Amino acid sequence: MKVSLFVPCLTDQFFPQSGMNMVRVLERLGVEVEYLDSQTCCGQPAFNTGYHDEARVLAEKYIRLFDSSDADYIVAPSGSCTTMVNIAYGKLLSIPEDLQPALEALQRKTFEFSAFIVDVLKQNDVGAEFAGKVTIHDSCHALRELHIKQQPRELLRHVKGIELIEMQHAETCCGFGGTFAVKHADISTEMVDRKIAEIHSAGVEYVTGVDSSCLMQIEGRLRRLNSTVKTLHIADILAGDA
Amino acid sequence: MSGQKKVQVTPRNLKLLVQERIYNPQLRKNLSRATSTTLAKRADVVADFTQWEEMRSAASEIKDGVIANLDTYLEQFEENAVSAGATVHWAADAQAAQSIVYQILRDCDAKLVVKSKSMTTEEIRLGHFLEEQGIEAVETDLGEYIVQLAGELPSHITAPALHKSREEIGELFAKKLGIDRTNDPEALTAIARDVLREKFLQADAGISGVNFAVADSGTICIVENEGNGRLSTALPKTHIAVMGIEKLLPDMQSLTLFLQLLARSSTGQRITSYTSLIRGPKAKDDLDGPEDLHIIILDNGRTDILEDDDLRESLNCIRCGACLNTCPVYQTIGGHSYGTQYSGPIGAVISPSLLGVEEAGKMPYASSLCGACAEICPVQIDLHHLLLHQRRKYIERQGGNPAERLLFRLWMMTMKHAALYSVSGLLGRLAGTIFGGSNRTLPVPGWSKSREFPAPAPKSFKQLWKEHGSER
Repeated sequence: MKVSLFVPCLTDQFFPQSGMNMVRVLERLGVEVEYLDSQTCCGQPAFNTGYHDEARVLAEKYIRLFDSSDADYIVAPSGSCTTMVNIAYGKLLSIPEDLQPALEALQRKTFEFSAFIVDVLKQNDVGAEFAGKVTIHDSCHALRELHIKQQPRELLRHVKGIELIEMQHAETCCGFGGTFAVKHADISTEMVDRKIAEIHSAGVEYVTGVDSSCLMQIEGRLRRLNSTVKTLHIADILAGDA
Repeated sequence: MSGQKKVQVTPRNLKLLVQERIYNPQLRKNLSRATSTTLAKRADVVADFTQWEEMRSAASEIKDGVIANLDTYLEQFEENAVSAGATVHWAADAQAAQSIVYQILRDCDAKLVVKSKSMTTEEIRLGHFLEEQGIEAVETDLGEYIVQLAGELPSHITAPALHKSREEIGELFAKKLGIDRTNDPEALTAIARDVLREKFLQADAGISGVNFAVADSGTICIVENEGNGRLSTALPKTHIAVMGIEKLLPDMQSLTLFLQLLARSSTGQRITSYTSLIRGPKAKDDLDGPEDLHIIILDNGRTDILEDDDLRESLNCIRCGACLNTCPVYQTIGGHSYGTQYSGPIGAVISPSLLGVEEAGKMPYASSLCGACAEICPVQIDLHHLLLHQRRKYIERQGGNPAERLLFRLWMMTMKHAALYSVSGLLGRLAGTIFGGSNRTLPVPGWSKSREFPAPAPKSFKQLWKEHGSER
């Protein structure tokens, strides 16, 4: 089985270790991994802000690039960017007619990382070890667009040494929301403060999730508040070397 | 903020209005208490049904069918309402609706009008208009009465005074009604009831909204919990009901489904205390009821929504307010921050169409697009996707902020070419090394005031992948 990696620009530039940890886990599970190194961004920031023309250019580029791959699956360490391709492309962002068949084929084989392991590879124990108290934040796109809720939990429960603690309101938005975090920074910050209050109440050392963007928002505020709680992408925990 | 200079209440000033409210601890407490209580009650009664999801789908289908054939259903409704003795009026916009109401009130020489709670009459600022014409129009729903006394807009679709604590209401009553200060909800309600009872008995006309209009019988349905709706529509000689064109349901059978969905979604009740079905004015043998029933059917921007394939499903809305309760943004800023009658996710979806892009085009940006609204909506409106459509329309029509547009242009050009993207990554890393300091943080306008922004990693994934490849 061959997997082509969809590494979002945020992961590429700011959290490359999480991308590499995803590679380690997939290779450990016996998957052949390829990376098309002319990939950039799926266009989500422009799309979410209303700039569809700009987003469409990148969507077309994305579709053409991944259509050229013979991989069985495309896997991304992000529910949000997977949503962009699987839900927004074609339905919310119009795509030229001639790319429609290629898009539909891509949408059938594109998966978020944790869902890919559980739903496609049918694995729940990736042989990881991790010592620490961890809570998981449900990222909105993964949860509500892709219905990813149990998959990351199932994987985490099988990690040796981990203490998984559910926080209250795990499903409530962290306040990131793309350009919302900057356009409405006040609201965004109040929202992440509520999230952080729940994280602290849960008494954990780490917060994890399937999206680096939400974790960047949470981490950014945790650091400003001088909290000792750290954020980790789920791939960082599953790779077992965090 | 000091509150010295009052910010004009309009969606254009959303950011300023948010600033006035977001750090008000009392308001946050009121919002949090009200929304969490209602959501918990809702969850309890929704659990009555294992087939709740199927009920949502069925409701969504019924509404889709009605909205797709709205002209036919409207004609059918009018025909049946008229044959039951009602007079039906058509209003293209708020001004037309106001004029029709005024004409009716002048014909019956009305000086005093009682109003039951209605977002549609709020939308056309009817109370305000009548006051200007020298006609006293008293809100009789307790929440509406409170915001009327305070000279405010309702801050929630179904709970107009949700933003106020009982202490604040006590203070308002003492100030406006000249009574001794009390914070006891029962005492406050009794005071309002005494005042309003007199108004009901003296009123020349009653004005209501419409929750559902049933096409195959010409019946209008009004749900409420205080009995004021029934009094407003039954006691005065003239009853004027104002409804949007989208309020229709095909038949009584579908009404039963919608009543179950509405009560549970809005207030967490199995059924509202009063469900009034009104078909025509008082008949010959009836003991009570109004002599005249006027139904005003309002467009006011709705046909623009109807013509828009993407936004049409927002006309399915039954105004339950659940999307407001569950919205983390609404919970943080409250209804008044939006600067218009319709707040929260549904408000941000429909207001740009009802008020114009100039006025309300930025409302859809006050959302993190988390989708909790769509998840709770009893008629399955894809609210967060509709917010995205409205953002696109805003950029298409307004062009967006020139600096922002340029930024996205440049960003797109960079992202289009892998080589340029890699170079910009290198520049980012360089900036991180130079300005990032030991804690590896970059200053980002808008972000860094409250949060750290990470400097780019020393090596990109692209680079790490290359090294990984050479290891294999």
